[in-house]
Amino acid sequence: MLRFLVRRLLQAIPTLLILSILIFAWLRSLPGGPAGALLGDKATPEKIADLNRILGLDDPIFIQYFKFLGRAITGDFGNSLVSAQPVMSEIGNFLPATLELGLCAMLIAVCLGIPFGYLSARFRGGAVDNVIIVLTLIGVAVPVFFLGYMMQDVLAAPLGLPSQGRQMAGLDATTVTGFAVFDGIITQEWDAAWDAITHLILPAFALATIPLAVITRITRASVLDVLNEDFIRTANSKGLTQPVVRRRHVLRNGLLPVVTTIGLQTGALLGGAVLTERVFNFRGLGFLLAEGIERRDYPRLQALLLFGALVYVLVNMLVDVSYGLIDPRVRVR
Amino acid sequence: MNTLLNKKKEPIDKLAASSAKGHSLGGEALRRMLRSPVAIIGAVITGLFLLVAIFAPLLAPKDPYERYLQSEVILGQGIIPGAQAGFPLGVDDFGRDYLSRLLVGAQNTLLVGVLATVIGVVVGMLIGGLAGAFGGWVDTVLMRLVDVMLSVPSLLLAISVAALFQKPSQWTVIVAVSMVGVPIFARLLRGSMLVQRSSDHVLAATSLGVKRGTIVLRHMLPNSLGPVIVQATLTLATAILEAAALSFLGLGDPDPNRAEWGIMLSRSARQFLDIRPELAYYPAIAIIIVALGFTLLGESLREALDPKNRR
Repeated sequence: MLRFLVRRLLQAIPTLLILSILIFAWLRSLPGGPAGALLGDKATPEKIADLNRILGLDDPIFIQYFKFLGRAITGDFGNSLVSAQPVMSEIGNFLPATLELGLCAMLIAVCLGIPFGYLSARFRGGAVDNVIIVLTLIGVAVPVFFLGYMMQDVLAAPLGLPSQGRQMAGLDATTVTGFAVFDGIITQEWDAAWDAITHLILPAFALATIPLAVITRITRASVLDVLNEDFIRTANSKGLTQPVVRRRHVLRNGLLPVVTTIGLQTGALLGGAVLTERVFNFRGLGFLLAEGIERRDYPRLQALLLFGALVYVLVNMLVDVSYGLIDPRVRVR
Repeated sequence: MNTLLNKKKEPIDKLAASSAKGHSLGGEALRRMLRSPVAIIGAVITGLFLLVAIFAPLLAPKDPYERYLQSEVILGQGIIPGAQAGFPLGVDDFGRDYLSRLLVGAQNTLLVGVLATVIGVVVGMLIGGLAGAFGGWVDTVLMRLVDVMLSVPSLLLAISVAALFQKPSQWTVIVAVSMVGVPIFARLLRGSMLVQRSSDHVLAATSLGVKRGTIVLRHMLPNSLGPVIVQATLTLATAILEAAALSFLGLGDPDPNRAEWGIMLSRSARQFLDIRPELAYYPAIAIIIVALGFTLLGESLREALDPKNRR
């Protein structure tokens, strides 16, 4: 198991290295080079030359790359042009919000997607199946940001849910970890925890739509596949009761591909978070990225894109590893 | 003996001819699609969209760029005139006829979607084809690159490419969105090439002394096209959605004259949802229907072309 983990970790390194080269080249190919990008509007030829000297941009290109890599590994991506803070500390401050939102959305997608997909497969061809399929198709066809605005416009008022930000204005909540709900619970400020939860509901559902639709469809397809397997016929013919067959044989085997899908859908979640957080003014990493795009804040964009890829690679690695844990057939290899 | 052979020969020939006629994968796929309601709905939506897009300039009742009711728009007070005689869907914030803009928008939306998909297909197939045809270190290098592209979530990839350009335009959107498809098509084609490299028909062609280039182009490529066409249809739907997302993030074409659904939707959703929500609804519904159409068509194509479903 440990060897498998180490091997997967080692496999991720070249990918990330090449990615770092591309991002290095990306910043370098901007007009004015990185110095121009760092200075933004304030760039003059003299200032660029000064900064080039300070940043060591007169060095040979590969030495520059290794310096960049060294700084990147220690988390030094320079300062944001918008906030003038180190980009890494910005990421640290905004990460909990996105984690909270992303986990909530994934929870919704998994907790609804698996039952929906299973029901759909069980009543294949029936009304339930058709309704679920149509909904999943529409789910992936709706632009996420439009859905967010729709929820704000149509659902927020009748449900009494807030549609902006992470916290009610003027609420006195203690920040311990940055996870608003968790902070509310450990400091026993129940109103703060509840307030944070209500702020999460709409954006989390908006963000969950695409993963929900995909997980539903994968579950359905995979359960249908499993139902055709020989071992299900065997289980039925040796007289196991239906609930036992469904739980032990159909569901357990049917959920394997779903685990992979969850990993892949983290990507959709990371992209969707940019749109959702912008719509709901939910101050997380996606919001940071959207703001960075509008202001052409290249140091911030560079760090966030690399961070996004890192998270995506790590999550999929974790999924691979967990696959080995739950499916003995994979472990052998 | 002789008579027996002669007797049998004819029916067997006929049988072979009829079975060859009735069982080509393409023909059967088409027949299966005609029987499936999902495929027909998808094809009708896609067909209508194509017709509207192609004939948009003729269909548009008014000039989509003329600011007819500009004097009646007072944004400071939140006034945009609604639907009225001559303007069945109302006007936008410049006082331009919204119906005409939606119709012409179909053309630009199709252009963005198709070009982004085509570029993705061509570049992806080039990478995947080279990797699959040559193998060895070419394969390793190219597939590493594809892995890296896949390691960035799709929207983030499009964002990073789009942010590269200082001045956003329709073309930067097309290029950015097309990059999302590149690794997918490369993987797809390479996989199918690898399977075929060791297949009997390629072996037969090789032993007949057919040149490698000819084998790749004439024997391997045509057999890999099915899945590529399916994926391209599905990619068209996501390309339109991703272009809209880029517009929303401010990476789209800033030209206010350009009528494109993604731009219309993101501008209206951001700015005029309180004043005239329908200005966002119309392009949104158009995008949803078209994306749905391409998805339905792609999914039913996939099912119809799947040899497992042949009977």
